[in-house]
Amino acid sequence: MAKHPVQFRLNGSDRATFVDGAENLLNTLRRGLGDFAPKYGCGQGTCGVCTVLVDGEPHLSCLTLAVACEGRHVETASGMADGPDFHPLQAAFMDHFAAQCGFCTPGMLTAARALLAKNPNPTRDEVVEAISGNICRCTGYEPIIAAILAAAGSSGARRA
Amino acid sequence: MALYEGRGMASVNYPIGMNLGGDPSQALIHSNPDGKFTVALSAIDLGQGMKQVSRQIAAETLGVPIEDVYVDTADSDTGPHDMGSFASRGTHRMGNAVIAAAREARGVLLEAAAEELEVSADDLVTDGRGNIHVRGAPSRSITVKATALAAQFKQGRTIAGRGIFLIPLSAVDAETGEMNPNTAFAHACLVADVSVDDETGEVTVLRMTSAYELGRVINPRMVEQQLAGGAWMGISHALYETPEPYYPDPEHGPRDFNEYLMPGPGDIAPYHVTVLERPAPDGPFGGKGPGEMCANPVLPAIANAIYNAVGVRVDELPMTPEKILRGIKANGGVRPQPRRGGPANWR
Repeated sequence: MAKHPVQFRLNGSDRATFVDGAENLLNTLRRGLGDFAPKYGCGQGTCGVCTVLVDGEPHLSCLTLAVACEGRHVETASGMADGPDFHPLQAAFMDHFAAQCGFCTPGMLTAARALLAKNPNPTRDEVVEAISGNICRCTGYEPIIAAILAAAGSSGARRA
Repeated sequence: MALYEGRGMASVNYPIGMNLGGDPSQALIHSNPDGKFTVALSAIDLGQGMKQVSRQIAAETLGVPIEDVYVDTADSDTGPHDMGSFASRGTHRMGNAVIAAAREARGVLLEAAAEELEVSADDLVTDGRGNIHVRGAPSRSITVKATALAAQFKQGRTIAGRGIFLIPLSAVDAETGEMNPNTAFAHACLVADVSVDDETGEVTVLRMTSAYELGRVINPRMVEQQLAGGAWMGISHALYETPEPYYPDPEHGPRDFNEYLMPGPGDIAPYHVTVLERPAPDGPFGGKGPGEMCANPVLPAIANAIYNAVGVRVDELPMTPEKILRGIKANGGVRPQPRRGGPANWR
């Protein structure tokens, strides 16, 4: 089967690779480009651990065709830190112990990042709504909600 | 339609680890030539903090900075034997094994330092910042790193320690049946406030309040985190989780873990925890461990709160709307029970 060339920006860097026509973005990111932040959970769009941003919008990368990302900007949790400096959301997740096993964390961070980019001062209900597509089986969600609200409060240094 | 509020409570005496003795855990600790220590365990960290707690216990016992201790739980084929991460045994069993291993390793470390300083090992103390010095004479000192290098390349000495924690099997007295099944118990009490909809049978957990007595709390933030996550799992066991939650016909039930019903971020209840510390005599620094009891009292407390609200005793989990509606129907209507605690405690 013929491979298709695809080019997109990944966390600010131009990347190019060859993909099968039916290959999903998650597979391309993990196996093709070596970005292991988005996780493979259910593979059917219900658990949220593969969430990435495509042109700033949250997408489930397991349900997104890689070829559909041609020319677009894909952002994952790998691109959140600025060198040694954590993104305010990452710092808030640490401060609030918002991870236990950590498997849901990249998806939670990405969903929260999409929320705060659009709505810098969300209510608790808006935070709950924003992460309602992301399953966590350890924390009981409360520390995650608290971390996102805290990161929103520290908006001075926040990057989009 | 009306909403009925109810309050229920439950208390737990929770045995730590497997009862009746046995239940061993082993730990091995060795120093690398750079003076950093590796703790090898076969116990697995599932996210509950096993590695962090073992690291704290090892650093404290060795007398070295915590950043100089690495905990390796990677491989149960090649690591020292352990029964596993279950029965809330991690902190207590592994922690004790780590202390035993760290004491032995510390003994060798001080002997190696004594040889370099030409003093008796009995006169040496650690400052917890990477130095070993003569008691009362801080200037007569050597770093842990220099000691490890000397042991490795000059003295030909292995700075290492072995540890095991094993509770002897408890014998049963043939006459009385008396035995000593467990050495450490943790305790908790939890109060749940719920509201029950008499038309749909749906239960909303309004809030939960609890007190946990866990022995010495070795990492307070991780204990709080574990208690909060565990309480969520308790709500999930109590009200949600089953292969066919709302449907008598399994055909209509969930087919995998994606459809398996558990509470989402919109279904959680405010939860207040108070942690009490009553150190266990045989625990590592007095620690027992929260473990499974994070979830345990939630189930009976919610069952009691439902009974208090509408007079229905559900004795099968989960307590689904269907079971509650059937109970209300069998009773000929809701039967709210007297509220305990008096009006002052009631919202």
